[in-house]
Amino acid sequence: MQQSNAYIITFSVILTVVLGLLLSGTSEILKPIQKKAEELDTKKQILGAVIPAESIAEMKPEEVNEYYASRISSVVVNIKGEEITEQDGVEITAETVDVGKNFKKDPEERLFPVFIFLEEGSEDAAIAYVLPVYGNGLWDKIWGYVALKTDMDTIEGVTFSHAGETPGLGARITSLDVQQRYKDKTIYSEDGELVSVDMQKGEGKDYSGDPHKIDGMSGATITANGVNKMLKNYLNYYQSYMDKKKEGSSKVAMN
Amino acid sequence: MSTETADKAIIEKDTEALFSKRRKKLVTDPLVDDNPITIQVLGICSALAVTTQMQPTLVMALSVIFVIVMSNLSISLLRNKIPGRVRIIVQLAVVATLVTLVNEVLKAFAYDMYKELSVFVGLIITNCIVMGRLEAFALGNKPYDSILDGFGSALGYSWIILTVAFFRELWGSGAVFGIPVFDYVSGWFGEDFNLATNGLMVSPVGAFIILGLLIWVQRSKTGYVEH
Repeated sequence: MQQSNAYIITFSVILTVVLGLLLSGTSEILKPIQKKAEELDTKKQILGAVIPAESIAEMKPEEVNEYYASRISSVVVNIKGEEITEQDGVEITAETVDVGKNFKKDPEERLFPVFIFLEEGSEDAAIAYVLPVYGNGLWDKIWGYVALKTDMDTIEGVTFSHAGETPGLGARITSLDVQQRYKDKTIYSEDGELVSVDMQKGEGKDYSGDPHKIDGMSGATITANGVNKMLKNYLNYYQSYMDKKKEGSSKVAMN
Repeated sequence: MSTETADKAIIEKDTEALFSKRRKKLVTDPLVDDNPITIQVLGICSALAVTTQMQPTLVMALSVIFVIVMSNLSISLLRNKIPGRVRIIVQLAVVATLVTLVNEVLKAFAYDMYKELSVFVGLIITNCIVMGRLEAFALGNKPYDSILDGFGSALGYSWIILTVAFFRELWGSGAVFGIPVFDYVSGWFGEDFNLATNGLMVSPVGAFIILGLLIWVQRSKTGYVEH
C-alpha cells in the first residue's frame, strides 16, 4: 500500500508530538525524585571517603541523610583559602557548588567546597577534611573525594567516580580495592613540598614502603595518569586552605 | 535473522484459546530452538558488556523484556497505520522512546543501577533483537500475538545473558548476586584453602568463551547446523 506524502508527513508529525509529550511529561514527573537520588549519591560518595563502604551500603537513604547532616559540616573556599559565603549576592553552600562547572573556569575564579567530617556529637572537632577533586580520564570526566586527616598530610580515604572509563580497566577506579591503596599515604614530602600520591604504571608491585606511590591498574595507564593529575591539581588548589588549617592546629598545640 | 515465524501465514480464528498450541509456540520457540542469541546470534554486544555480574544483568534483562514487549505491542497496534516508506524510522522512534523511559525510571528509582548500566540501557535501541521482532513479526500480526512473540524473544535473550553472567560472576569474582560463594566454600575446607578467581572472566573475553561454550552445548543437543 502506497500512502501519499501528506499522509506520511501528518503521521510523522503526530507520532513526534505524542512521543515528545510522553517523554517530557515523564521527565517532568520524575525530575524531583531523580534530583533526590543524585543528592543522596553525592552524599554517599562524600561519606565513602571517610567511612567504610559496607557500612554505607547497609544504611537506608534516610539514615544516610541523617548521618550526613549530623557528621558533616561544610565550607566553601577560594584558591587563597578564604571562606566564601556568598557570591554576587547569592548565598553559597558547599552542597550547591557544582565542581564540574567550576572545573571549566580559571582556578583563580573557582569555588572549592570542603566537607568536614566531625567527631560524633561535636560541632567543630574535625576528624577529616573531604576535598572534592575533578579531572579528565581517558574517555570522559572523572571525579572523586579525597579525605585528609587533620594533619592535612595523611590520606584517610578516597572515592572515585567516572562517566565513561573502560569497564574492567579504567572503570576500576571505582572499585574498593583500588581506592584502598590510597589509605595512609601522605601528600607532602619530608621537605614539606606537596608531591601528592602517584599511581604507578603496571600492576602487582608492592609500594607499601613509599608514602607517595601506589600500585597501578594494568591496562589503564591513561586513566591512572588522569587520576594522578586530578589529585595533584586539586591538592594544589586547596594548599592555601590546608596551610591555614595546619597553622591553626599547630597554634592550638602550642597553647 | 530468522523470518520463519513471520513467514508462516497465520490465520487468526476468533475462537482461538488464550494459550493455544500455536501461541505457546510463540513464547517457547525463541527460548531454545530459535534463540535470538545462540541461534540467530543477535544482541551479542550487550550480552558481552553487561554480564560481569548477575544484578545488573537482571536489570538489563527486565529492561529488554519491557522494551521488546511494549514496542511489539505499539507497532502491532499501529501496523495498519504506519506508512511503509518510513516504517523503520517509526519503529526506531518508538523503541528509542521506550528505552529513554526505562533510563529515566532507573535514574529515579535505582540510581546505582543507572550509573552502572546507563550506557548499555541506551544501547537497547540498537539491539537487533528489538528491531528484528518489529520487522519480522509485529508489523504483520495482531497485538496479543505480538506481545507473546516479544515476550518469548526477550525471555530467550534474558536466560542466556543471565546464564553467562552467572558463570562470569562465579568464576570471575567468586560470587553470585554479590554473595561471596567462593569465600563460604573455602571456609568449609579450612583456613588455608582458597578458591582462585579468574580475571579473564571479568573481561569481555570471558563472555565470548562462556557464550561459545553455551552455543556448543546447545547445538550439540538440538543438532542445529547453520546453513
